[in-house]
Amino acid sequence: MTKMINLKIDGQSVSVPEGVLVVDAAKQIGIDIPVFCYHPKMEPVGMCRMCLVEVGRPMIDRATGQPVLEADGSPKIAMGPKMETACTTPVSEGMVVVGMSDKVQAARKDVVEFILTSHPLDCPICDKGGECPLQNLTMAHGAGESRFLYNEKTHMEKHVPLGDLIYLDRERCIQCARCVRFQADVADDPVIGFFNRGRYLEIATFSDPGFDSYFSGNTTDICPVGALTTADFRFGARPWELRATASVCAQCPVGCNITFNVRREARSNGQVVIKRVMPRQNESVNEIWICDKGRFAYQYTETPERVTQPMLRKNGELVPASWDEALDAAAGKFKNDLLALVSGRLSNEDLYNIQQLAQGVGGKAALYTEMAGGDLVAQFGLSSGSNLQTLGKGSAILVVASDLEEEAPIWWLRVKQAAERGATLIVANARPTKTDQSAAHIIRYAYGQETATLQAFAKALGLKGAPEAAVSAEIKAAAEIFAKAENAIVVYGSDGIGLVGTQALAQSAAQLLHATNHTGKANSGLLAVWQRANDQGAWELGLRPEVNLETALQAAKALYIAGANPAGDSPALAAAIKASGAFVVVQDLYLSETAKLADVVLPAQAYTEREGSFTSGERRVQRFFPAVDIHGQARADYTIAAQLGQRLGLTLEGVIPGRVLAKVAAAVPAFKALGANPYRKLAETEAQWPIMGRSDLFYGGTSYENSQGLGYHLALAAHSGGHTWPKVEAEALAAGAMLAVPVTVLYDRGETVLPSTLLQAHIPGPFVCLNPEEATRLRLKGAGGELRKALVELNNAEVLADVRLDETIPVGVVLVPRSMGLPISAPTSAKLRAAERVSA
Amino acid sequence: MTDAQPSYVLLRHRDIPTINQLDVYKANGGFAAFEKVVKTMQPGAVVDVVKASGLRGRGGAGFPTGMKWSFIDNKAFPHYVVANADESEPGTFKDREIMESNPFQFLEGLAICAFAVQANAAYVYLRGEFWQVAKILDQKIADMEAAGLLGDNLFGTKYSLRLYTHLGAGAYICGEETAMLESLEGKMGQPRLRPPFPPAVGLYGKPTIVNNVETLTNVPPILDKGADWFRTYGTPKSPGVKIFSLSGCVNKPGNYELPLGTTFRDLIYKYGGGVPGDRKVKAIMPAGASSSLIVATEQALDTAMDYESVPSVGAQLGSASVIVVDESISIDWLLNKTLHFFKHESCGKCTPCREGTYWMMHIAERIHHHEGTPEDVELLRTVAGQIKGKCFCALGEFSIEAVLTGLERFPEDFRIAVEARK
Repeated sequence: MTKMINLKIDGQSVSVPEGVLVVDAAKQIGIDIPVFCYHPKMEPVGMCRMCLVEVGRPMIDRATGQPVLEADGSPKIAMGPKMETACTTPVSEGMVVVGMSDKVQAARKDVVEFILTSHPLDCPICDKGGECPLQNLTMAHGAGESRFLYNEKTHMEKHVPLGDLIYLDRERCIQCARCVRFQADVADDPVIGFFNRGRYLEIATFSDPGFDSYFSGNTTDICPVGALTTADFRFGARPWELRATASVCAQCPVGCNITFNVRREARSNGQVVIKRVMPRQNESVNEIWICDKGRFAYQYTETPERVTQPMLRKNGELVPASWDEALDAAAGKFKNDLLALVSGRLSNEDLYNIQQLAQGVGGKAALYTEMAGGDLVAQFGLSSGSNLQTLGKGSAILVVASDLEEEAPIWWLRVKQAAERGATLIVANARPTKTDQSAAHIIRYAYGQETATLQAFAKALGLKGAPEAAVSAEIKAAAEIFAKAENAIVVYGSDGIGLVGTQALAQSAAQLLHATNHTGKANSGLLAVWQRANDQGAWELGLRPEVNLETALQAAKALYIAGANPAGDSPALAAAIKASGAFVVVQDLYLSETAKLADVVLPAQAYTEREGSFTSGERRVQRFFPAVDIHGQARADYTIAAQLGQRLGLTLEGVIPGRVLAKVAAAVPAFKALGANPYRKLAETEAQWPIMGRSDLFYGGTSYENSQGLGYHLALAAHSGGHTWPKVEAEALAAGAMLAVPVTVLYDRGETVLPSTLLQAHIPGPFVCLNPEEATRLRLKGAGGELRKALVELNNAEVLADVRLDETIPVGVVLVPRSMGLPISAPTSAKLRAAERVSA
Repeated sequence: MTDAQPSYVLLRHRDIPTINQLDVYKANGGFAAFEKVVKTMQPGAVVDVVKASGLRGRGGAGFPTGMKWSFIDNKAFPHYVVANADESEPGTFKDREIMESNPFQFLEGLAICAFAVQANAAYVYLRGEFWQVAKILDQKIADMEAAGLLGDNLFGTKYSLRLYTHLGAGAYICGEETAMLESLEGKMGQPRLRPPFPPAVGLYGKPTIVNNVETLTNVPPILDKGADWFRTYGTPKSPGVKIFSLSGCVNKPGNYELPLGTTFRDLIYKYGGGVPGDRKVKAIMPAGASSSLIVATEQALDTAMDYESVPSVGAQLGSASVIVVDESISIDWLLNKTLHFFKHESCGKCTPCREGTYWMMHIAERIHHHEGTPEDVELLRTVAGQIKGKCFCALGEFSIEAVLTGLERFPEDFRIAVEARK
């Protein structure tokens, strides 16, 4: 039990746990002590001197050790001779803090005046104007007129691209070091720092490329002035012109709570458009952070390539059609031989309606995914009360087969922070990743040995039925800590494995968790690093992948493909669709490769244009809201499914998505507690710490307060039990081939990333990565060390790809990134040869 | 050698010019104290002797050295000792002479301190401009290693010690002990939040004792001759001798090793040969640029230079770098000089110092160049007052000492400067 400390701040009594800083104690009772450098998510530094307060402490009689009392019996308080910084002073018993005195008020005025002496005061053209802590605190405490001579101001560079995403205005910078500290202490990417000294102190980046971090955008939220701005919002709009719409990031399974700031503007032809993406506080999910992909990749919803009206194939050509024509044509072909193929890009409501439609006509709905195990996550996953933020000493986290920062950056952040709080982080992977830096135990295995490695954990612990496996000392040590941990989580990803591999891995992980009593309780269980936002939702609804999708596609007589692009991902799947001769209905945002094969194309709304809900990998159902105007005639996926159903005599909800989720609640036990009005439940909030986004932007930054719902953690499904330890067959390689394994990179060429103009410089062309030894053997490396492009032959395709070298990759293996123009969904054989001669 | 001083305690090379040679130093009793403490004394007993001597830190703060040593946190190891050889205060040049000419006594003091606080590694942090001094010390450390005075199992005991020099990159702030530790760790030289103080959390987060070069140079004779001997010099509260770096308007500037308690008058006239042209002393800065300005009245000149007496004339003894200002100097010129210095050296970490020194420098420049107004004088006073009590470390707080006392004690100079406005 934490000791509570009683103190008085400006006459108000407050009781807070030992160790709390005065500035935070004040905040808890609604007293604002102004700060610039302090941020509640980082260690205090006491640099800006804005938070100076008078502090008094009970006088102690040196002789007796007893407090000295006033005449009235109250303890006599000795006020300190100097003011103290509230951000670095921890509370102590009987402390008296004074922030309202003339002395303190004068000190605030003084510090603001100092800061403004070299500040350019270009608020009228500053992006931060209107939500600027310096502006606000100047209004509150500043002098109103300057005594500093204008021509004595320092002039510094105003448009410094730290990277291509973040711009620095060196004149506006007040040297608070929030950004430097965020990058070093929170993001563990210490790529920016101070340069020079005194008044000429300036932020500089020392990475190449500049500001090389997936978390860089967060520095613009916590920057207390307009010194750091993002490339997209810079000079784009004024904060007060923006409307804020709550949403959930759709880029990965973390489900970061975000806010779309939108504006109707002439320059966008009178349309409402997204001006920026901001984090929205959810301490159980993303705290107040988001990654740069979530912040900058939103443009895929707004590209001119969007399909805006239904299309029908007539005389071999796709031509515009009316909705009625298109829906009639599609519905007419949906019978019991229908295969609906959907992906985790769709919301719970969409998935449910399409599933109901497919089942209603006697057909089948399948999930398009390269990862499996969601059924096990539903049984053994995280449940109510789970929050990675509360993991610390006594907890263990095993990250297996995942390059977590690339697959789900915010989970990487939270896992790293759990390790910093004392949780034991065990990383098992075939190659080093950034997660290793925080790991207490690092276990390396050969690609293909993912499942065997977890089974070695079981063997090391002597678990019942554990198959024979080689147990290294490192595995034994890690396994014992894992088994003894009060809470344990297995995070599994898809580094080097596909559907079959992840299925076996998930099964082994679930067995391990179950046998070590780490299931069915908060903060313990299985977590899958899916490739899409709502993959877990799909599994919870009962959708399952086709084990052999190629065969299934070939056999189908009618295909209804929504939110998926199999033909774009794989020439083999494209061939299968063509070979099937099926009537193909594709529902998507774009005229994708798959849509180009369709007989009917149905334009879907982007999730930014409508309501719905996603289920995060942690099994938290969260709402998103309509932010922008609907593109053309596009309709919501669940609506289209309902309208197709209507033509087939099925009653599906097509107007109010909350009602669709209510049907889910009635039908699926895990959703049951959402009841008849699920959206209301999802909109529930509770007080969060630190307090964000109110009038006190100086405190936590411009992340939004969460007033639209923290979401709902699904109940665990009853587990079926009786699992066996799976056996995994080694991938049989073609003669002379290398083992090609799929890996995930954050910025890929997928359709939700590539349209982002902001991220263009970060999105590479097709590439493969292999050991330098292999490059030499394959003559991909010339005598001078120059690299040639490789012709990569895999999965019946030949692709020209750049070659990257990494000596940490095992010999005989080639890493092939997903969604990067190379068809790969699972480990396979690949042959590489140099594409051109190296000039001598 | 002066007649008041039979022999030197610290500047012994003035008695024995070749004492910078190890054999000469040893022949004159060198390293006997170190050997004695390592072989025969408990670390705590060494601390007790230094406590009893009343030695106070010579870097400027005058904190009792033995007490500082006793603060070392004995629950965490390893311990470190760092000798502060950053000597950057304008007008201070005493440590340099010690290190150049009597290096072994300093290094022996460092070694004894390391033993007393059970550190097995000690560093000498030198300002970047001292690269030649660093070369000398590296050679002397190598000599000590060759002579078995450093390394493992010293004098047949289990105690081991290694010494290292480290050069800064030329920043005044790195004389501040926590900024120095940051710099020593390879980071940007900016002060750390205190508490925790270095004896609890210091270099690489470990308990660390930071002492000035001169302080450490006092340690071997104290251990050699005892605390009582040490107290025969100086005053009861400020015992020992002190090297006064005398500069400014004097005929014979230089380092003077004198007992604490010597008067300003003696230093300036008896030892320093008086003021050129027999001009009158106008002001005294007893602690370099960080000083308050003492008005050089007869009473002030007769004030004893020790930690207790100097405050009676409105200043601090500090590092005892006595800058003499005579009547040919106008104080607005002086402030313009010191403020350019502080503006240049402010590390930029805290707002009042970063912005305040910059602002004050501009105002002082205006006034000195006869472009200022009476309002500017008031503004300078206000800005200095605004800085007071708000800075992160002492640099900013010291930057205003000369400003506030100069404006207060020499108003005439500023009146003349603004009246001369073109």
